[in-house]
Amino acid sequence: MEIFRVLEPGIYTTVQDRGRYGYQQFGIPISGAMDQFAYRVANLLVGNPEDAAVLEITVFGPRLEVLAEADIAVTGAEMPITINDEATEGWTSLRVRPGDVVAFKQVRSGCRAYLAVTGGIDVPVVMGSRSTYVGGKLGGYQGRPLAKGDLLARGPAEPLKAPHKLPPNFIPRYPSEILLRAIPGPQDDYFDEGLRIFFGSEFKVSTKADRMGYRLEGPVVPHREGMPQSIISEPSVPGGVQIPPDGQPIILLLEQTVGGYTKIATVISTDISRVAQAKPGDKIRFEEVDLETAYGILRAQEQALQKIRETFAG
Amino acid sequence: MSEGLYERARFRTAGDRGLLVEYGDAIDPVINRKVRAMAIALGKEPPEGVLEVIPTYRSLLILYDPLLTTSSRLEKDLLALEERLPEIQIPPPEIVEIPVCYGGEYGPDLESVAQSHGLSPEEVIRIHSEPTYQVYMIGFTPGFPFLGRLPEVLHTPRHKTPRTRVPAGSVGIANDQTGIYPIESPGGWQLIGRTPLKIFDPQRPNPFLLKAGDLVKFKPITPDEYRRLAEGDGD
Repeated sequence: MEIFRVLEPGIYTTVQDRGRYGYQQFGIPISGAMDQFAYRVANLLVGNPEDAAVLEITVFGPRLEVLAEADIAVTGAEMPITINDEATEGWTSLRVRPGDVVAFKQVRSGCRAYLAVTGGIDVPVVMGSRSTYVGGKLGGYQGRPLAKGDLLARGPAEPLKAPHKLPPNFIPRYPSEILLRAIPGPQDDYFDEGLRIFFGSEFKVSTKADRMGYRLEGPVVPHREGMPQSIISEPSVPGGVQIPPDGQPIILLLEQTVGGYTKIATVISTDISRVAQAKPGDKIRFEEVDLETAYGILRAQEQALQKIRETFAG
Repeated sequence: MSEGLYERARFRTAGDRGLLVEYGDAIDPVINRKVRAMAIALGKEPPEGVLEVIPTYRSLLILYDPLLTTSSRLEKDLLALEERLPEIQIPPPEIVEIPVCYGGEYGPDLESVAQSHGLSPEEVIRIHSEPTYQVYMIGFTPGFPFLGRLPEVLHTPRHKTPRTRVPAGSVGIANDQTGIYPIESPGGWQLIGRTPLKIFDPQRPNPFLLKAGDLVKFKPITPDEYRRLAEGDGD
């Protein structure tokens, strides 16, 4: 069923879901929604399974003509949504009708917003996922960001019986000074003084920041004297922080499969959502945590999502 | 040949969802065979919580669900599996023959690669297509195989400035490695030929022609054969 006609695509709007797992061994990165928390909540707000496909909207939103009645919800970056030029809210379900125009105002905080629609955005499943991998020209809407004139379909689903609204205490804030918790490794033994500088300094997000990775600017993070700066190429995980020879960290993200530079630390999985909401110019600090702490933070987030599910179940 | 093989696997933490397991510290066929054997064993008997096993030159990256297992439990699972490795049936690697049209429009760097080593283009073709290569790892773009070892006389550095557009199927050389570009992409490798086979085709039930651990043999073909095969590969 057709649901949106793209009047204006925005800067970079793609179809994303949970991600494409099981194919990194063949050079296919995970892809998927960068801010998995906001993404999952967007689906819950419209009564979807948490892994339905949504639109990931970057900094400057699209203008969409609604083609069928549906419930939508926008989460993530504070990018005020309007329906027929009337301001409405994020983190809540909204009923739209044919002829409505959904648009977004300038981003106030954060970087990426998620628009979910009842039934999920319906594009072909490629290798188990609807996520767009732009570098591989696959998945999503014809393997590319949305363009003017595209027609988006949604899957079959019943409208919500009553609107859903996320209790405000669950809504994350997206400050421009960001703390990322990170576990040293896999190559922390290639650094000594570098570890102190890495965990003790402030870095700035450069303009080279996208779904492949975020390049940071700040004090040089030196390798240990006499240690090689590159390693035998190995697969990367989202959140891995690579230190190239110039000593300026790169946070590897969702459209990256291999890397040949040493990784001083890895941002914990829940905090990838914080990276997703960081914009060029924002400040980043890294805080060292151990594995047990990271597991605990993840479990707490899953418990919060469970509470959200229970809230909506009534 | 394999002095880089570790006696015991070494573990490295790659965040709260990744465990890196190293079996050696060199690009070496013996180490890579160990990596392949462990990857196959893990595929047959996956420990709880394992989402994906990614084989590489000398290590495995294990992606796991931390709500179902932990890094320390996985380390124990892996050491136990390694001990039982001799009992587990590891099938011999597949040998994949890849037809390549060398030189001309398909291999724009063949002449200069030959010249830089004081060889004739024919000698480069013979030396490049003689060995059976091991697929050490797939990565960079969908299905891109990193193949070794390239005979030393052909070791050639990458272009200083990468090409913005390398056609799909191009066979290239970068230092001690050779590889095949599965999709059109930017790239800095020295292009010596092109295969008409689709290394990656998302429309096929198995989109990937090669996997880590396979063996590859290049077969020189003429431009006519290239065109014939390219037309036949469309369905």
